[in-house]
Amino acid sequence: MSMSSVTLPEASVANGDDAKHPVKLAVKNLDFFYGQTRALKGINLNLYKNIVTAFIGPSGCGKSTLLRVLNRMYDLYPGQRATGEVLLDGQNVLDPKIDLNLLRARVGMVFQKPTPFPMTIYDNIAFGIKLYEALPKSEMDGRVEAALKGAALWNEVKDKLNASGLSLSGGQQQRLCIARTVAIKPEVILFDEPCSALDPISTAKVEELIDELRSQYTIAIVTHNMQQAARVSQYTAFMYLGDLVEFDDTSKIFTRPTQKQTQEYITGRFG
Amino acid sequence: MTDMAVEAAQVAQSDTPMDRARALSAFKFGDVSFYWITRLSAMCVLLILGGIIISLIVGAWPAIQEFGFSFLFTQRWAPSAQPSPVLGALGPIYGTLLTSVIAMAIAVPVGLGIAIFLTELCPMSLRRPIAMAIELLAGIPSIIYGMWGFFVLGPFLANTIEPAIIALFAPIPVLNSIFAGPASNLSLFNASLVLAIMVLPFITAISRDVFATVPPVLKESAYGMGCTTWEVARNVMIPYTRVGLIGGVMLALGRALGETMAVAFIIGNSFKITPSIFAPGTTISAAIASEFAEADGVHQSGLILLGLLLFVLTFIVLTCARLMLMRIERRQGA
Repeated sequence: MSMSSVTLPEASVANGDDAKHPVKLAVKNLDFFYGQTRALKGINLNLYKNIVTAFIGPSGCGKSTLLRVLNRMYDLYPGQRATGEVLLDGQNVLDPKIDLNLLRARVGMVFQKPTPFPMTIYDNIAFGIKLYEALPKSEMDGRVEAALKGAALWNEVKDKLNASGLSLSGGQQQRLCIARTVAIKPEVILFDEPCSALDPISTAKVEELIDELRSQYTIAIVTHNMQQAARVSQYTAFMYLGDLVEFDDTSKIFTRPTQKQTQEYITGRFG
Repeated sequence: MTDMAVEAAQVAQSDTPMDRARALSAFKFGDVSFYWITRLSAMCVLLILGGIIISLIVGAWPAIQEFGFSFLFTQRWAPSAQPSPVLGALGPIYGTLLTSVIAMAIAVPVGLGIAIFLTELCPMSLRRPIAMAIELLAGIPSIIYGMWGFFVLGPFLANTIEPAIIALFAPIPVLNSIFAGPASNLSLFNASLVLAIMVLPFITAISRDVFATVPPVLKESAYGMGCTTWEVARNVMIPYTRVGLIGGVMLALGRALGETMAVAFIIGNSFKITPSIFAPGTTISAAIASEFAEADGVHQSGLILLGLLLFVLTFIVLTCARLMLMRIERRQGA
């Protein structure tokens, strides 16, 4: 897929969405390399404030890779590098001088599998807050409660805050991870297939939660489940083999895609 | 022709269950013998352990009869005293515990630091050389550590490090008796340092291996919240691997408690307890090694009793570690 066929994000922004939803994160000419392999090819797109943007595409198309660029997670591994620009409120995230710890506090991430830390439920939340703020106990209790309520988990765990985070069910663990991410008050939250290890009921809860979180955060979600993308997102990006094939309103992508590949993928003809 | 073929097939068919039964019975024999072989192997451990304990007790019996519990609390070690020898284990017990504790206090943080560096921070090109150097460190025979401690580390400590520390702490009340002169080539401190170097590879190798079992996504989610490497190591990697880490530390402690040759070379073999760690001392194993050859009668029995004590001491340490582990696990609810 050549650059010229990419539906530029500007096209959809021009419809007046721009005013209502300012750009939070702008990806410009982004290339990404695993060693010699080019995994992302000239990606251009915007994440808008208070909007859920879904990334769909077959396995290996680069959607998770793109997410991992946005908080520089790839930095942990030698041999991985990105070129281009990722502007968070105008500041280039790829700048080597940027403070990674602060960046990751602003751009939180929820992973494919629930990853509670080996500590109590309370500490799982308080841990992240303590990294950035020194709060007295009473205030910390309030923040932990607020975060757990924010992740629709409070009622289920309020009587066992001192139990291990690992003692929760998979769905609860994932909501604990969301609570933990929300607790440090990020601006952008990246979800990397957050429901792929969850049962349908937990999935519904997490989706509901994502929709609620939208009012306060900028959200990006990678998913293999196209119904999920259609349910939770307002914008959808379809990626294939490292290219951004199409990026537009979710309703448009799923009803009137302009690219043949997009249409074939969402109708299940390949992928 | 066809008949024969059918017949043969029938024979084969009717044979099949019998073959299966025969095969099963053969397996059964194999299974039973396998069960007994493994069972006997496991019993061997208990038998050997029991045998060692019994022979230690038998060997130590004359000394137990002679000294009783006072053996534990007597500092004097005078095998040729008249009219009868006076033997007390307090000095060796003190030396054993003190050198092991100091050695672990040095080796555990350094070992964990090396392991964290190797798994999290080290550039790929340096990883293998450092890991190999550590494994080589583990392969050096203890007598070589002893000689190095005697000829190199001891004089260096006595001439350079110890006088500086003694001068530094001289005006401070309690510390000036712990770090008191005179500086000596052969000392508890020297032995502790050599022990620390000797157990370092164990701690490093085991903690590196258990750190490698931390799921990358767990580390990523901690980094993803903006944790520094130190915070990830302290709050995620170490708690996640604590059982393995404590196991490694216990293995190292076991080695430190029982290490003989290197310590016998450099500790000075003095049964007298002094508060200063720069003074000579002795450990249980060093005392046995240096006296066993010319001991007889009650003296020999006393040395065997020392060995029994070391055995008990190690057992107590390992039991405490187990209990500690169980308590941590209960508290974490994991």
